[in-house]
Amino acid sequence: MRISRRNILRGTAALTLAGAVPVRVLSAAPPAEAITPELIAAARKEGKVSYYTSVDLAMAERISKMFEQRFPGISVRVERTGAERVFQRIGQEYSSRIHAVDVVNSSDAAHFIVWKRNGWLAPYVPEDVAKFYSAEHKDADGQFAGFRLMLSVIGYNTAQVKPEDAPKSHADLLDPKWKGKMVKGHPGYSGTIMTATQQLVRDLGWPYFEKLAQQSIMQVQSAADTPKKIALGERAIQVDGNEYNLLLLKESGQPVEPVYASEGTPQVIGPNGVFKNAPNPNAARLFQNWSFSAECQQLIIDVAALRSLHPQAKEKPGRKPLKEIKTLKEDAAAVEKQGDEIKKRYSQLFKV
Amino acid sequence: MTIAVPAELADRRTFKFDMTWPVMFGFMAVLCVLIVLPISWLVYYSLTAVDPVTQARSFTLDQFRTLFSDPEFVDPLITTVIIAVSSSIACCVIAAPMGWLVARTDMPMTRTIRALVTASFVTPPFLGAVAWEILAAPNSGLLNKLFRLVTGAPQDEHLLNIYSLPGLIFVIACYTFPYVFVLIANALDRIPSDLEDASAMLGGTAWDTARRITVPLALPALLAGALIAFLQAMILFGSPAILALPAGFHTMTTKIWSLFQYPPKPELAAAASLPLLVLTVILLRGQAMILGRKGYTVVGGKGAEPRLIKLGWWLVPAALFVTIVLMLPVFLPYFALFNAAFSPIATTLVTPFNATMHNIYFTFFELSSTKVALKNTFLLGAMSATIGTLLALVISYLTARQAVRGHRVLAFLATAPIAIPGIVLGVGLFLSYTRPPLVLYGTLWILLIAYITIELPAAYQQLQSAFKSVHPELEEASRMLGASRLRALRDVTAPLLRTSVLATWCFIFVSTIRELSAAVMLFTSETKVVSVLIFDLKESGDLGAISVLGISMLVLTFIVVVGVSRIPGFGAGTRLRNT
Repeated sequence: MRISRRNILRGTAALTLAGAVPVRVLSAAPPAEAITPELIAAARKEGKVSYYTSVDLAMAERISKMFEQRFPGISVRVERTGAERVFQRIGQEYSSRIHAVDVVNSSDAAHFIVWKRNGWLAPYVPEDVAKFYSAEHKDADGQFAGFRLMLSVIGYNTAQVKPEDAPKSHADLLDPKWKGKMVKGHPGYSGTIMTATQQLVRDLGWPYFEKLAQQSIMQVQSAADTPKKIALGERAIQVDGNEYNLLLLKESGQPVEPVYASEGTPQVIGPNGVFKNAPNPNAARLFQNWSFSAECQQLIIDVAALRSLHPQAKEKPGRKPLKEIKTLKEDAAAVEKQGDEIKKRYSQLFKV
Repeated sequence: MTIAVPAELADRRTFKFDMTWPVMFGFMAVLCVLIVLPISWLVYYSLTAVDPVTQARSFTLDQFRTLFSDPEFVDPLITTVIIAVSSSIACCVIAAPMGWLVARTDMPMTRTIRALVTASFVTPPFLGAVAWEILAAPNSGLLNKLFRLVTGAPQDEHLLNIYSLPGLIFVIACYTFPYVFVLIANALDRIPSDLEDASAMLGGTAWDTARRITVPLALPALLAGALIAFLQAMILFGSPAILALPAGFHTMTTKIWSLFQYPPKPELAAAASLPLLVLTVILLRGQAMILGRKGYTVVGGKGAEPRLIKLGWWLVPAALFVTIVLMLPVFLPYFALFNAAFSPIATTLVTPFNATMHNIYFTFFELSSTKVALKNTFLLGAMSATIGTLLALVISYLTARQAVRGHRVLAFLATAPIAIPGIVLGVGLFLSYTRPPLVLYGTLWILLIAYITIELPAAYQQLQSAFKSVHPELEEASRMLGASRLRALRDVTAPLLRTSVLATWCFIFVSTIRELSAAVMLFTSETKVVSVLIFDLKESGDLGAISVLGISMLVLTFIVVVGVSRIPGFGAGTRLRNT
């Protein structure tokens, strides 16, 4: 059988795209590809894939263990750090011609705009992305798509704060009674916080942050750290941080509770992409493809408490459904343009 | 060599000239590459900027203007000086009486005390900082919880706040005081009691003797200790990186590191590195000027055992003092780490009901970087220790025996890296080796170069003083009896030196493993080391995994050090005392 399924698929996809959806002809996206036995065999020959990600370490390792179980013989090396540091790391490595990264996941979607502009990403469209993902959640040229949706939420320690006293909005955080009792992530290190800060600066303005900076806030780097700090009881309130970490801590019995602010909760989409110069190109494509399957997307909901953009993935009962939450609109292009300025101004305000 | 001996007898100078010049030039070249190259790049970058249009580099003083006018840089500079001065004073205040108690009094268990001080030296400062976070974070810290339990104070009151300037100074002092302690204790060990006896015989009281003999003789060591503590505190990256951000300020090292975050500003980082470098050079010159003129050296094997002062009833407060001092860098932090390793949540006390193996399972079976990082760390540790010791051995032989002309240059080059803080060296090496012809970034070689460069001065100084302690007359006797230079070295000098060589090896090994500041600038995902992995885990607040990793790293270090000192033929019973 020299005529592989992939080729047929490629042909049919091209036909459908050309015929049915004329707009798509303008896009440079390659035809969608399924996980074929050939791809698995080629990936297995490479035997490994390196996954740079900013998702919380335990989640990242769990996702990669699932992949390793699903495709034995391919080991995943997770390189986890804050999105802004992932971005810096890849930039630093690429400028020294070190091509170590296969697949990347970042909580700062703006990074993909830069990587795409640099021509570093490989066009590759997994089957499910073509079939199920809406146009706003994937790159028109097929270089990346939204792997996970997160919220950056306010949260509190229920042992220290009664539900009726808990803040209901971002404005409530400016109340002097919370002075010295809050912990916050840093947009210079965390992509989630960066993306969220851009939305809050746009909707609430810098005066909000100027007042917030007067609240003697404990500053940590990662959006994954703030929920852990309030679970420890080190601070009563988190100003921002990953909803998924908070939900997992809550479900494991820790005294924490998320707050969906009345002004709206910042929404952060973390895309996935494959690098053109990936050292393990087939394993990278297999990992990317599987990442967007209904199976993996259900896993990230069930195991990691993330939210999915795959319409077939079901939300877990007991967690507040996304459609009931008022969210702020994400704007990756604006983050890309304003990011450096936001970091600079933020460090001036918060002194770190 | 059998042919060389008559030639040597005929004309020693020709022999020396032939053999040693290439050797020395070789070593000088190696040292130049190690030191001069990164520093040159630093200076070049600090004084130039890229024109955004033409992409050409042109001369500018903008970086230095920013550095000395922008509060964003002036504040960290001031903070750094405050930290360095305070922790240096704190170290001396603690280490001097403790060194005296251990070396000059009949205090029991002095070997255990010295071993425990060594344990605090082996503890990486960043790990100590994480442990102290678990102990003394204002709300969740174990000690603050205990305080509230005992006093019934409300939730938002606390006894200690580690996220503060004094908190940071305290943690830095905890892991810097071993340097001062070892220097002072060794100096006091070596002051021969005949001088004190003489003072007593001439009618001096114990107080007179202390004031006029012991203290002046120990003063250079104290001064050297204060200086080392100052330098260590100034260039330290690990503890500030963990505590300064939550406390809401930057030190120079964390600032330099943050300049490499996106968008990277290597020019500013290079400029910000230079004040650290200049300050270090000035301080070392100052020390040399103060100590250099005075003939303080009383080192010699001839003196009798130092006379031990009987403590009597003073033993109780003395023992209490030593126990408290050892609690702070050793007992309490290790308790905190062990607790966090087995606890579901780091700041909850472990009980048989809530104990968990989850952190251990996670670290060794889920965390995919653990194996790579452990492998890299121990490989680099062993290689740096071996190459560094050999390099230091040859250089110190050449300089101690003045075997070649120009040995002073060699000695200077081998000592020079002491003036280069790890993070500065990291920046310099990054600038040097990310461009052709030598793209070493991304390989273990760049880390190896960094580690050897950083550890060379200490290794050289140890071995140099070891060589000096072996009088050349022993070698000369051997050579008069017909042995060649190499044979004399092998049969006479080497056996006398093996304890020092071993101690140096262990010192470099341990220092490499606790190194973070250069590694954090130079690692890539494939060349990650344990210190960087712990640093990454800290970012996302995974305290349990940090504890497991930190404890395993220390256990492995301990096994290696003990194993090496047991190598047959090498001096058994080598301790890190000389470090």
